[in-house]
Amino acid sequence: MTKIFVDGKAYEVKADQSLLQACLSLGLNLPYFCWHPALGSVGACRQCAVKQFRDEKDTRGRLVMSCMTPAADGTRISIEDAEAAAFRKGIIEGLMLNHPHDCPVCDEGGECHLQDMTVMTGHDYRRTRFPKRTFHNQYLGPLINHEMNRCIQCYRCVRYYREYAGGHDFDAFSSRSQVYFGRYQDGVLENEFAGNLVEICPTGVFTDKTLKRHYTRKWDLQFGPSVCVHCGLGCNISAGERYGTLRRIVNRYNGEVNGYFLCDRGRFGYEFVNSAERLKQPLQRQDGKLQPISKARALEALAGLLADPKKVIGIGSPRASLEANYALRALVGADRFYTGLSASAARLTAVALEMLRRGPARTPSLGEIERADAVLILGEDVTNVAPRMALALRQSVRQQPMRKADQLKIPRWLDHPVRELAQDQKGPLYIATPAATRLDDVATETYRAAPDKIARLGYAVAHALDAGAPDVAGLSEAERSLAARIAEALKSAERPLVVSGPSLNSEAILQAAANVARALSAAGRAPSLSLTAPECNTLGVTMIGGGSLADAFQAVKSGSADTVIILENDLYRRASARAVDEFFSSARHIVLLDSVTTPTVQKAELVLPAATFAESDGTLVSSEGRAQRFFEVYPPVGEIQSSWRWLRDIMMAAGRREAAAWQDLDAVVASVSDGIPALAAVAQAAPSASFRLAGAKIPREPHRYSGRTAMLANINVSEPKPPEDSDSSLAFSMEGVFAQPPASLIPFFWSPGWNSIQSVNKFQEEIAGPLRGGDPGVRLLEPSAAEPRAYFTPASEPTSGSAGEWLLVPLYHIFGSEELSRLAPGIAELSPQPYVALNPEDANALGVQEETSVTLSLESVSRTLPVKLMPGLARGLAGLPAGILPIEGSGLPAWSRISRA
Amino acid sequence: MLSILRTLWNIFLHAFQRRETVQYPEEKPYLPPRHKGRIILTRDPDGGERCVACYLCAVACPVACISLQATEDETGRRYPEFFRINFSRCIFCGYCEEACPTYAIQLTPDFEMAEYHRQNLVYEKEDLLMSGPGKRPGYNFWRVSGVKIGGKDKGEAENEAPPVDLHSLLP
Ligand code: SF4
Ligand code: SF4
Ligand code: SF4
Ligand code: SF4
Ligand code: FES
Repeated sequence: MTKIFVDGKAYEVKADQSLLQACLSLGLNLPYFCWHPALGSVGACRQCAVKQFRDEKDTRGRLVMSCMTPAADGTRISIEDAEAAAFRKGIIEGLMLNHPHDCPVCDEGGECHLQDMTVMTGHDYRRTRFPKRTFHNQYLGPLINHEMNRCIQCYRCVRYYREYAGGHDFDAFSSRSQVYFGRYQDGVLENEFAGNLVEICPTGVFTDKTLKRHYTRKWDLQFGPSVCVHCGLGCNISAGERYGTLRRIVNRYNGEVNGYFLCDRGRFGYEFVNSAERLKQPLQRQDGKLQPISKARALEALAGLLADPKKVIGIGSPRASLEANYALRALVGADRFYTGLSASAARLTAVALEMLRRGPARTPSLGEIERADAVLILGEDVTNVAPRMALALRQSVRQQPMRKADQLKIPRWLDHPVRELAQDQKGPLYIATPAATRLDDVATETYRAAPDKIARLGYAVAHALDAGAPDVAGLSEAERSLAARIAEALKSAERPLVVSGPSLNSEAILQAAANVARALSAAGRAPSLSLTAPECNTLGVTMIGGGSLADAFQAVKSGSADTVIILENDLYRRASARAVDEFFSSARHIVLLDSVTTPTVQKAELVLPAATFAESDGTLVSSEGRAQRFFEVYPPVGEIQSSWRWLRDIMMAAGRREAAAWQDLDAVVASVSDGIPALAAVAQAAPSASFRLAGAKIPREPHRYSGRTAMLANINVSEPKPPEDSDSSLAFSMEGVFAQPPASLIPFFWSPGWNSIQSVNKFQEEIAGPLRGGDPGVRLLEPSAAEPRAYFTPASEPTSGSAGEWLLVPLYHIFGSEELSRLAPGIAELSPQPYVALNPEDANALGVQEETSVTLSLESVSRTLPVKLMPGLARGLAGLPAGILPIEGSGLPAWSRISRA
Repeated sequence: MLSILRTLWNIFLHAFQRRETVQYPEEKPYLPPRHKGRIILTRDPDGGERCVACYLCAVACPVACISLQATEDETGRRYPEFFRINFSRCIFCGYCEEACPTYAIQLTPDFEMAEYHRQNLVYEKEDLLMSGPGKRPGYNFWRVSGVKIGGKDKGEAENEAPPVDLHSLLP
């Protein structure tokens, strides 16, 4: 801690930060543009000027940029000093010389950092009469809008896009007062994290194009603190609704998870909630067709189906909340509950869970991943599977070079000197995958091979770290020395990290990753092991426990069950159409609860409309093992309701009185934490519904929320009473106190004078630190202190196909591989068409080119697909887009023949 | 006694004084244009809808009786898809007019809006939009704004320089 004086008052602040950061941490208002907590200081905009005094006696002082000056002990500054204030006002006036007269039609308006800073400095009148400079805009794809006239040349966008996110197709062009920020020509922004430009840019140059299509100002949105459902990482989001449709997603800061950034799938995938594919009414099959019926009729029909409870099984879902899965388990009984994961996914997740529980490696948060200083990735295409983690890993390679700055006493927040010093140096990051990944540009070395060989490399690394770990035979010289280099890099790191996961469906890869972590621990390091999870609650549903989908199929086949209740799950995405069809035809009754129309709907006899994340509350367990609560953004319309409420109603209809206790979410959460020891802590994920902030509920709407007495007046001029929310301490209202809610209950960030998302500064304990009261979520997984398990032993030989066969491997796509986000038009536009990827040399040998149609024979089906040449793909492999093509047989990897069609 | 007589006399004299009562509705009083009565949406001098659906009137309204939804035509010109004022709530404070950056929304001297059914006091855009510019002739927001719309490209607004040529090598 050091002591600084601001306007004559003494404050204790943390050492090793800039004055700007220190002042903002203290809650003082000091304008800035070019500084961003995640990007550091460059001193480009001159907006943050303050007066600095030498000592008590110095009355003249000098202007300094607070973002470039360290908060050294005894520093005396003045923010209010007249000269400093006039300087800051002058800077804004300069930035505004060319600013267009756009606020009324600018999507940033009302949450614009430039507006806020202009008001803060007091610049209120345009004096210049010279013509304004103008620019043409660019088309940047379906997700981001460009309006270049509004730029104030702060350079945040280009620093974020190129230096932080590693994008290449965006830059600053031209010179002097004409600097232009965009692509070298019109086109879709390539980076998977481009959506963050919307929040990084302090003006309306980059705005959310999906929001533009149903534009609503921030002050008019009803927000819910929520959790992203589009991958297993559980990034925190703030979702906004107006007139009954979801309008947009913005980042909800969580210091340990997503920090300041989201990926584009998470930011723009929300439109599935508004999609035409939504199920809105209970449906019953009559004469072979699904017909709408009333809720009462549906429940009556269900009560009939459940007459013989012994014949009923429940299939849960990794994309449904813990509460919904638990309610289904309670309805059918623990031994008749199946997790809904495919056999292989269930096995791999169970293995992963056991590894993380036994240790010795600990599962790191995304924040810890960012601080790792040596990383080995085994088998995962992180950018496309767990996108936000890739952004964290991209920062981790800066950890080692930054030590050089520490030695030279250059503070880490001084961004450019630190980057200049590091030049192109990168810390160790080794990537072993079948195909090229988007992180390769920062990788120390990459290794391209089939899944089995990737696992063998992992085993070899473990052996190189600890001679006690089993070795693998038959590695090439190059592979051996690569393993030795990886081992050396991990061993000499302070915070080594191994990343792996189930993407390639290989237990061997997971075991190899566990061996590396175990060997690191034997070598005296404290390793982290991060295992990705494919869906938002894969880990949660596995912790509840139950058989896999294959077991469910078996139960029906053997005749021990004939009625199936499926929860938010499209079985055709988890098993081959043949297996699922067979299952459906042998089951007598199929009941489905889901929010969107899927192929499974077409097989169901009874369909109940379930709420999406935006219309329900619940808890999800992320791949880190963090249980996080998401809250309703707006009440569901019509017959739609949360799955757990449907299941409760079904139980009641079937005469199961115990369900009567489930009147609100807290009661279900309590049942989950009592019923499943591993989930005992979930109740702590957020305060209960009885929590009150200064005696009142927390408003979901900003206090300026408009149109309350007009928005429904076309239906009835007498306003209805606002809906009650019995499930949380949030209210569907603008009424409440202005005070900071507990971190997990913050619907949106706003603070007086700070209308933009930068107001998050006011909610943190310190800048870029945890939210006040601790970051949201509760960790459920810590390695046990018990003796770590023995090393896994590798198979003696990698599997191989017969001559002329290709190993088909899944290739993941951030846009397209995930089920729900595909229903969002913007994401759908960026999703790839089906293809089969081949290494150009392999294609050459086969005599095929890009776009040539080839036929794959898989199990008994054959499929004709166009070839896509993929230079980074390992030889002998053929890649198929995951989640886009139907599953054949037991899924990928699989061996197949390929011939010209 | 005397005071009673004086009172009677005074009252008698009133019978010959000028009348203040106006025979409304046969006779209508003059109300200046700035009078805060029925709200209208106006058009710009080119006949286009003035409202750019910025939501400022809605947020300024202390009783929250304005609601609208923004949309855009194919050229990028923004306008309200619907625009609703619930006059049964409106207090005719004029804050909306003051907040409006385009002079679209204006209060007029008309106050004769009484209805037997409250529901009839809900006005939609069709009921609000008139054909002229109202009290503010001449102003057209789109001629000033930097946003490109049909018929006005970048650099063609008032006081704008032609768009920067990024490929120019001139200093
Ligand atoms: S960027 Fe901000 S100041 Fe500029 S037009 Fe948009 S809202 Fe107004
Ligand atoms: S586009 Fe936005 S972030 Fe980039 S320089 Fe301009 S104002 Fe700054
Ligand atoms: S990384 Fe995953 S959880 Fe995070 S925003 Fe993207 S899809 Fe959502
Ligand atoms: S303030 Fe004016 S331009 Fe904006 S929405 Fe209201 S009427 Fe339209
Ligand atoms: S924030 Fe300090 S110079 Fe830009």
